[in-house]
Amino acid sequence: MRSIPFREALREAMSEEMRRDERVFLMGEEVAEYNGAYKVSQGMLAEFGEKRVIDTPISELGFAAIGVGAAQRGLRPLIEFMTWNFAVLAMDQILNTASKMLAMSGGQIGCPIVFRGPNGSAGQLGAQHSTAFESYYANIPGIKVVSPSNGYDAKGLLKQAIRYEEDPVIFLESEVMYGDKSEIPNDEYYIPIGKAAIAKPGRDVTIVSFNKMMKVALQTAQELEKEGVSAEVIDLRTIRPLDWMTILESVKKTNRLVIIEEQWPMCSVSSEIAYRIQKEGFDYLDAPIRRITSADAPMHYAPNLVTAYLPDVTRTVKIVKEVMYIKK
Amino acid sequence: MSTKFTKETYLYWYELMQLIRQFELKAEEMYKMAGKIRGFFHAYVGQEAIAAGCMTATRHEDPFITAYRDHGWALAKGTSANACMAELYGKATGCAKGKGGSMHFFDVKNHFYGGHGIVGAQIGTGAGLAFAEKYMGTDNVVLAFFGDGAARQGMLHEVFNLAMLWKLPVIFICENNNYAMGTSVHRTSNVIDIYKLADAYEMPADMIDGMSPEAVHDGVARAVKRAREGGGPTLLEMKTYRYKGHSVSDPQKYRTKEEVEEYKNQDPLVQVSRTILKNQFATEAELQAIDAKIDAIVQESVRFAEESPWPDDSEVLKDVYIDQNYPFITD
Ligand SMILES: Cc1ncc(C[n+]2csc(CCOP(=O)(O)OP(=O)(O)O)c2C)c(N)n1
Ligand SMILES: [Mg+2]
Repeated sequence: MRSIPFREALREAMSEEMRRDERVFLMGEEVAEYNGAYKVSQGMLAEFGEKRVIDTPISELGFAAIGVGAAQRGLRPLIEFMTWNFAVLAMDQILNTASKMLAMSGGQIGCPIVFRGPNGSAGQLGAQHSTAFESYYANIPGIKVVSPSNGYDAKGLLKQAIRYEEDPVIFLESEVMYGDKSEIPNDEYYIPIGKAAIAKPGRDVTIVSFNKMMKVALQTAQELEKEGVSAEVIDLRTIRPLDWMTILESVKKTNRLVIIEEQWPMCSVSSEIAYRIQKEGFDYLDAPIRRITSADAPMHYAPNLVTAYLPDVTRTVKIVKEVMYIKK
Repeated sequence: MSTKFTKETYLYWYELMQLIRQFELKAEEMYKMAGKIRGFFHAYVGQEAIAAGCMTATRHEDPFITAYRDHGWALAKGTSANACMAELYGKATGCAKGKGGSMHFFDVKNHFYGGHGIVGAQIGTGAGLAFAEKYMGTDNVVLAFFGDGAARQGMLHEVFNLAMLWKLPVIFICENNNYAMGTSVHRTSNVIDIYKLADAYEMPADMIDGMSPEAVHDGVARAVKRAREGGGPTLLEMKTYRYKGHSVSDPQKYRTKEEVEEYKNQDPLVQVSRTILKNQFATEAELQAIDAKIDAIVQESVRFAEESPWPDDSEVLKDVYIDQNYPFITD
């Protein structure tokens, strides 16, 4: 075991797969000479050379399309977006081409490509740099959506996406987690896409989250522990396909479900989970399913407005107590 | 030595450029030393001559729009240093009520349309402002600013074509400071002279010394005249340089100290003050008096920002819809 930052876990995943498979290449803004805007690809140009670690101009639609075309022709591109906010310009290629190729071609042409980069808010970056995109991409049939909360999962899931996934994968990281350390085994490992993890077992209430909101989920569980409430915390890890069976199994035990996410509330990941669990687990529920999302608004710049916008432990604890009918 | 421009013009340029320079340096200090400013912060230091020349070649009503390197543009168009500094702090008295921050300054009263964070987006939005000016029959001309990096977005090509097709009154101004973050212009294209991108659309274009307010003024005045008379858009590539990193967090390993020094030798403030002194438009003491005045304005902006209130927490759901009865989802 080694304790390494999230960004290094991602780098190891990419580098190991690039060593294994000549068809894998990394392309994006500042990934090569600058060693990555957030230093995720540090040293990769030196190791793999400019044929395989490729700087692009600021042309998201263009280089995403190059990746999509290259994937159709047999390569396995890794496309980095400096942040997912900028991938909106490439949405046409992701939605209208990558996700639909297999369907339109009657199964002839797949698109084994990984799009990755940091996602969601990262402090006081203002409205245009703070969108959490899980629910957007999760809406699209034909792609898979991964959103890890720690370096260990990120490495295993990214390796899986690059090596074994034949379908397009959206891989959502977070710049505020890049420095977080986790224990990484010395031996190679893969984590299957589509499986949630139980981050903390518990009895009384199920809390589901993903990506950096897992921190809020786990801190909430800690707070609740002090008051004798045992929360089971589930880390989705993958958003599409959604591992609702793991959630349901937990709810069968706890009879209560609270979801924390950074998405906007309308048509969010929690909306989908709430639908699925009320349908499959109606008889097990002792309280309405509740959720904490970001505010139904663009994120403003001022520090107090950022705090008021994002889900936090205080609000989550309060809502958990409500579903447990704990007064005070 | 005679000059084409008047004493008043030179003194205006000097004062404006000094205001932008001193404001940026103070703001950067408040970011780095005091931690009062957060988020991405892109200083305009080194590029002031472009603002100066554009201001004297346009009218107040001409809308300006730019990217996130926007502090200098707001100050040029007339936003007070107080409102700018307060915006950086995220205070309710800022030019966007503390909601925009460094990248999103807006001041429509002064015809400044911001402050945009998605590289290249405002090239198109700027042409849209121009479409409206033409539609409404004003003779206003829009100045749409963007970086050398932004020149590689598809947006530029679609909008150049549309603006020429419809002869929109817009001047596209590429502030070519030679870098898009760590990527120098020559690593982004086969076409290094960005003004040549206009050729494909037969759009008039010019390359201009962006360290010289005189040259900027002349180039912009020509383009503005053409646009006001219905002649349509122009692309102006202005060669300039940013003295600071891309943003406060940039280690700048992609360029040498010598390169930065070379550009500082062409500093527009130094050049303009030299011309002023040579032509006896002002004495050394008078320039120092201007500097002192600017210093006071900048100091005052910090005090103002410090003492201003934060926006109320309820602002989270305000300015999202004009519809005051919009049913927000709150749980
Ligand atoms: C669509 C998009 N892609 C990437 C970014 C990240 N980014 C912000 S500024 C920048 C460099 C832009 O350089 P340039 O256009 O030359 O402007 P300058 O910063 O030099 O003023 C990049 C890549 C972004 N904000 N938007
Ligand atoms: Mg630039």
